[in-house]
Amino acid sequence: MPDLSFSLAGQAGVFIPLPGAPRLPLPLDEVRVSAGFPSPAADYTDKRLDINEYLVRNPVSTFFFSVEGDSMQGAEIFDGDILVVDKSIRPRHGQIVIAFVDGQRLVKRLYQRAGRVALMAENPAYPPLEIRDGMELLIWGVVTGKFKRLEA
Amino acid sequence: MPVFALVDCNNFYASCEKLFNPQLKDKPVVVLSNNDGCVVARSAEVKALGIPMGVPWFKIQQDARRYGIVAFSSNYALYADMSNRVVEILSSFSCNIEVYSIDECFLELSGFARWGFPTYGQVIRQRIADWLGLAVCVGIAPTKTLAKLANHCAKKELAGHNGVCDVTAMTPDQLSSLFEQIAVGEVWGVGRKITARLEAMGIHTVRQLRDANAETLRNRFSVVLERTVRELRGLSCLDLEEVVPDRQQIMSSRSFGTLVHDLADLEEAVASYVSRAAEKLRAQDALAGAIQVYIRTNIFKPEAPQYQQAMTVPLPEASSDTRVLANWALRALRRIYRAGYGYHKAGITLLEIVPRTNQQFSLFVPSQRESSRDDRLMATLDAINGRYGRGALRLAAEGVAKTWQMRRGNLSPRYTTDWDGVATVAAV
Repeated sequence: MPDLSFSLAGQAGVFIPLPGAPRLPLPLDEVRVSAGFPSPAADYTDKRLDINEYLVRNPVSTFFFSVEGDSMQGAEIFDGDILVVDKSIRPRHGQIVIAFVDGQRLVKRLYQRAGRVALMAENPAYPPLEIRDGMELLIWGVVTGKFKRLEA
Repeated sequence: MPVFALVDCNNFYASCEKLFNPQLKDKPVVVLSNNDGCVVARSAEVKALGIPMGVPWFKIQQDARRYGIVAFSSNYALYADMSNRVVEILSSFSCNIEVYSIDECFLELSGFARWGFPTYGQVIRQRIADWLGLAVCVGIAPTKTLAKLANHCAKKELAGHNGVCDVTAMTPDQLSSLFEQIAVGEVWGVGRKITARLEAMGIHTVRQLRDANAETLRNRFSVVLERTVRELRGLSCLDLEEVVPDRQQIMSSRSFGTLVHDLADLEEAVASYVSRAAEKLRAQDALAGAIQVYIRTNIFKPEAPQYQQAMTVPLPEASSDTRVLANWALRALRRIYRAGYGYHKAGITLLEIVPRTNQQFSLFVPSQRESSRDDRLMATLDAINGRYGRGALRLAAEGVAKTWQMRRGNLSPRYTTDWDGVATVAAV
């Protein structure tokens, strides 16, 4: 299957908005007119920060996974972290990915160079997992962020 | 001329289960109905084994063991979320879309002719595969009935290419020979009974139905079948239903996980169903004028004593208040309940539904809705449940333990709608 989404985008005059395109909601600042002094901040109303907006680029294709284990410490991914995984991103060499290998769900860094495909840990205690002929590998999605709640 | 696409997810429930669980790859997977009764979805591997849709799970235990079939209870939270994602993606391919069922949508595509419909269909297919990991088939045609049929052809690989079948590009001869191969029962709206009657008339294939005399069919069957014939000929009679019409009735019923004997347990169940239905009623800003309650024993166990009864109560004044509706439903239940039976199912139906703005006040009963306090209470109830999850705040009558609830023995986690259900990945 050739990459049709690109060939379509190349045609002039046609525009399909992506579901994940940035949205521009209008600010909720229906300031009431009242007698007395107007608020000096009325012209500067901003939307409050939204963590979804910060972490999730394309909500429709974004899924969450939680981490068990310490093999990705070097990439600052720790046990108990929740990963933000965007399935719409095409996996490339060097990205951190969710991979399904032989019935297991793994988080690894994808190595894809010179015919060698491997899943790398970010902790010297774990050797690379070489993907050889006959092994089943599915790159499920690309990790684009992480978060964790702390006891307080 | 309109052009419709029907996009249909392949083996939708089973595919959702496989999506998050790598151990199910290439394994035969079935999804069971409420109370784990019957097979309601099958993976491709199960279809290949020849196991039919709808078969009771206990009847295929031998096959299940022999082939290692994995069975799941229906995880509606997961399927609904994945379905919403599919709809959201499809909405970016056409502004005219009808959500026909949890796994099927019609799209109006006539404005996209410049790209070629098969190409457009492939882009849709690829997008859903890339972004959600789900496979869909696309049928494209000048009528909805033909789009359904084209989808069937794509799925069974009778025509089209790579899961997309565009009948707008086929010549009349190609269409005729294709329709000759398809049994008449595959046509949208032609059910088992009509199929049998058509076959008795010598109409066995889609081609024969298309070429039959439409007037005769209208006289012998109905105007609906006549319309189907016209649609098969390429004349569009059915438009997209983009806006879901408000419901005239709202039903809520379930089979119980175990037989229920006590009135108290039945009361809890009925109160819960009323609560759920009243929430839907308020969501469409309507009032119900009557409520029906029914209970029955297990009709599939004829050796046990059987009883079923229903009662409809017209309300003194139309209402959407959970407390008012539950009160009347419970009164009706107590009237029809007979001790000494094992009840298998209970349900309620809200009837005579009218928009809130058309409310008819009662002449004889002093209005119970003079203040808006009751409305505000219900709005608050809905808001709290919207935020903290269904049933977070409920009537005491609905009970706490809910021992009568559905049996869902092998329910997969709610991977996408519950933080506790999020799938783990091993960092090893």
